[in-house]
Amino acid sequence: MNMDNSVNYSQQQLALDQMFKDINPALSARQAGIESSRCYYCYDAPCIKACPSKINIPSFIASIHADDLTGAAKTIYKENIMGGSCARVCPTEILCEQACVRNHEAEKAPVKIGLLQRHATDNAEFEGHPFERAENTGKKIAVVGAGPAGLSCAHRLALLGHEVEVFEAQPKAGGLNEYGIAKYKLTENFAQEEVDFILSIGGITVHYDRALGKDISLSTLKEEFDSVFLSIGLQDTSSLYLEHEDNDSVLNSVDFIKELRQATDIDQLDIPKDSAIVIGAGNTAIDIACQLKRLGTEEVTLVYRRGEAQMSATGHEQQIAKNHQVRIKTWSQPEKINLDEQGKLRSMTFSKTYLDQDKLKSTGEQFEVPCSAVFKAVGQKMAYPQTEQLIPTISNGKVATFHNQLTSIEGVFAGGDCTGVGQDLTVEAVQQGKLAALAIHQELTSSEEK
Amino acid sequence: MADLSIDFVGIKAPNPFWLASAPPTDKAYNVERAFEAGWGGVVWKTLGEDPAAVNVSSRYSALYDHNGEVSGFNNIELITDRSLEINLREIEAVKKSWPDRALVVSLMMPCEEQIWKTILKQVEATGADGIELNFGCPHGMPERGMGAAVGQVPEYVEMVTRWCKEHSKMPVIVKLTPNITDVRFPARAAKSGGADAVSLINTINSITSIDLDAMAARPIVDGKSTHGGYCGPAVKPIALNMVGEIARDPETAGLPISGIGGIGNWRDAAEFISLGAGSVQVCTAAMIYGFNIVTEMKEGLSNWMDSKGYENIEAFKGLAVPNTTDWKKLNMNYKVVATIDEDKCIGCGRCYQACEDTSHQAIEVTANEDGTNSFGIIDDNCVGCNLCEITCPVDDCITMDERSKGQPYMNWMQDERNPHREEV
Repeated sequence: MNMDNSVNYSQQQLALDQMFKDINPALSARQAGIESSRCYYCYDAPCIKACPSKINIPSFIASIHADDLTGAAKTIYKENIMGGSCARVCPTEILCEQACVRNHEAEKAPVKIGLLQRHATDNAEFEGHPFERAENTGKKIAVVGAGPAGLSCAHRLALLGHEVEVFEAQPKAGGLNEYGIAKYKLTENFAQEEVDFILSIGGITVHYDRALGKDISLSTLKEEFDSVFLSIGLQDTSSLYLEHEDNDSVLNSVDFIKELRQATDIDQLDIPKDSAIVIGAGNTAIDIACQLKRLGTEEVTLVYRRGEAQMSATGHEQQIAKNHQVRIKTWSQPEKINLDEQGKLRSMTFSKTYLDQDKLKSTGEQFEVPCSAVFKAVGQKMAYPQTEQLIPTISNGKVATFHNQLTSIEGVFAGGDCTGVGQDLTVEAVQQGKLAALAIHQELTSSEEK
Repeated sequence: MADLSIDFVGIKAPNPFWLASAPPTDKAYNVERAFEAGWGGVVWKTLGEDPAAVNVSSRYSALYDHNGEVSGFNNIELITDRSLEINLREIEAVKKSWPDRALVVSLMMPCEEQIWKTILKQVEATGADGIELNFGCPHGMPERGMGAAVGQVPEYVEMVTRWCKEHSKMPVIVKLTPNITDVRFPARAAKSGGADAVSLINTINSITSIDLDAMAARPIVDGKSTHGGYCGPAVKPIALNMVGEIARDPETAGLPISGIGGIGNWRDAAEFISLGAGSVQVCTAAMIYGFNIVTEMKEGLSNWMDSKGYENIEAFKGLAVPNTTDWKKLNMNYKVVATIDEDKCIGCGRCYQACEDTSHQAIEVTANEDGTNSFGIIDDNCVGCNLCEITCPVDDCITMDERSKGQPYMNWMQDERNPHREEV
């Protein structure tokens, strides 16, 4: 990708970046050369099948091995324009690297596909954007939300010759890459550099601070554009339903991560010194726990009501938490948030749990964990703007999509976390955006032929 | 514990591992270090007439394997660039300090009998064990009428060898160049000239790579380059074949051979010896890893010999020669078919891809429910080519099983499919 790093860094910003150094450092050229030689260039390669965005992995690795990083990066971007961030945030241990045939050998060591992808995307050099746009089709498409799904969709549409206008509720594009990914996974200003890289294809206009249901409405977009893609993400968080949950020291993890990712100085952050409790078992819970440790919180306890095997965070993620000296307390459910006489958070009370024929039950035994802050990471929800007149069918709390990412409304497509498909991975969002773009293109160009 | 000592045409050494005539044997300092490390002998870097040769700067280049290790090595260095007098003095001193090690002196002189007569006396006076005639240097020296320019003309090989035998009592080893159509001709010439042994191969004319920015071959000397001499693991197959050709040629059968070419470990050495070599010479491996590699070479060879019950080098020398034959003598009734061990198969499909694209379409692929593939051999299509076994990254996953149907030996000369077969 290799964009100009034009941001002026302050000393404080540098200090913060130093604290959040890459958890998975890049390969050197020599390491990449050796690692790339480990790929067997499989027939009907299982890694491609396991990649949600269907990157031709053996091909890009062969290009790395032949010293053609430009060719390698182009192969990646052809299927996944966010190949740079996916190389960093993808849970490769449950995707391509899990499928690698080298797991079945005695040494059980898959090719480090994620790191190789990063090597290619970090080091490839392009004169301008790697792809050339097709001739202008005269069609205009609105994309709502500039996260991975929206950006991927916008890029593919621009590539195919359409004009795209993106409406983003936040002051910056990138979605969770900018606001939600752990700082040690996407370091420094990578998210914005990637956005700049994607937009450099041309034909995409981003309107910032324009939220659906407030500044724009689906019905107007439908009138003004030939097609609409919805990728609004998740806006709301789940609750513990406990008394004192509104206390100032009981926080939503996603809000804190967002603050941290936008902070330019550590002093802007309110960091618990002695102890913090994280409630949850997903990757967000792991992310916040590890980041608190890096920020200096002495004791971080991650509490989950079931066991390690039931955690949605992968084994790899759990290991990251352990490496950060995060204490993981399983089979414990929140009972009470305890405040002192001044109304300051003092501790939380949990009760021990067990499984009784698939039903979680309390043993009745309780214990207390002192803390100066609680971080909730018990899930996010979609809150479709109620002010909207035109609302697509919502199913299980998410925008329902049918064939080719089409919603219940004609000409309106959707993708990313706001739809209920997959595991809310960045790479899935990118793929859904891409597929939607192809479907939109198909629809707009074939209707013309009629 | 096996006895590694050798007596090669009267030259005794505690083990068969000699350093070849090359930069590692350029001067006393290196040779002493080599002997301290345990090498059985050295062939001192080629001496020439004074004034000594002058070398250029930037001299080596390499071909690398997938892991960045050197698999082929190329040099444009000439023979010694030190005076004859210094070399002779050092040779004498080193031989005195290390009487149990083989010290052979490599020579390259213009094709004039008197010049050879003089140098032979000088070398003999040092107490060296023997001489090796450098008829192989492929770069620089041939332009001056020496090295490969002699080695490529069997008549010259014979003539110079004869002079050396006439004017010296030392054993004469003739080093052969591979840059020739049929290596048996110079080998036969050496034998007719009275050579005690041949050594081979010298380096192969080579260009290892082109610097695509400078548009020049490596190594680059001020923007230009020239072909060099190629050696290292990549040349081993060529060297083994040439050694085998001489070993099984009725005209040269029994002529002692010092094997050279890509030897880097005990197994390489054992292979050369089994094809008839009585000593082996090493250069590239030492230049990449240093002299200490001889420790593992000796240990490995000794352990392998123990495991096979070979008490000394002679016990297995040349055992593979009778099994190296002409194509027309191979058994047409022999048949092998590939078998894939499904338990070991990791599902990479390389065997399928290779067989389907480039061979005999003898592997079938079955898609499993979990998205993986299984591979199986179609016996009727399999010709037993070994390609699948070669592409398979898992040890012993694909094996070639014999399926001969108890038919007698029948070679192509007897095969009725051969229109030119000899009547029985």
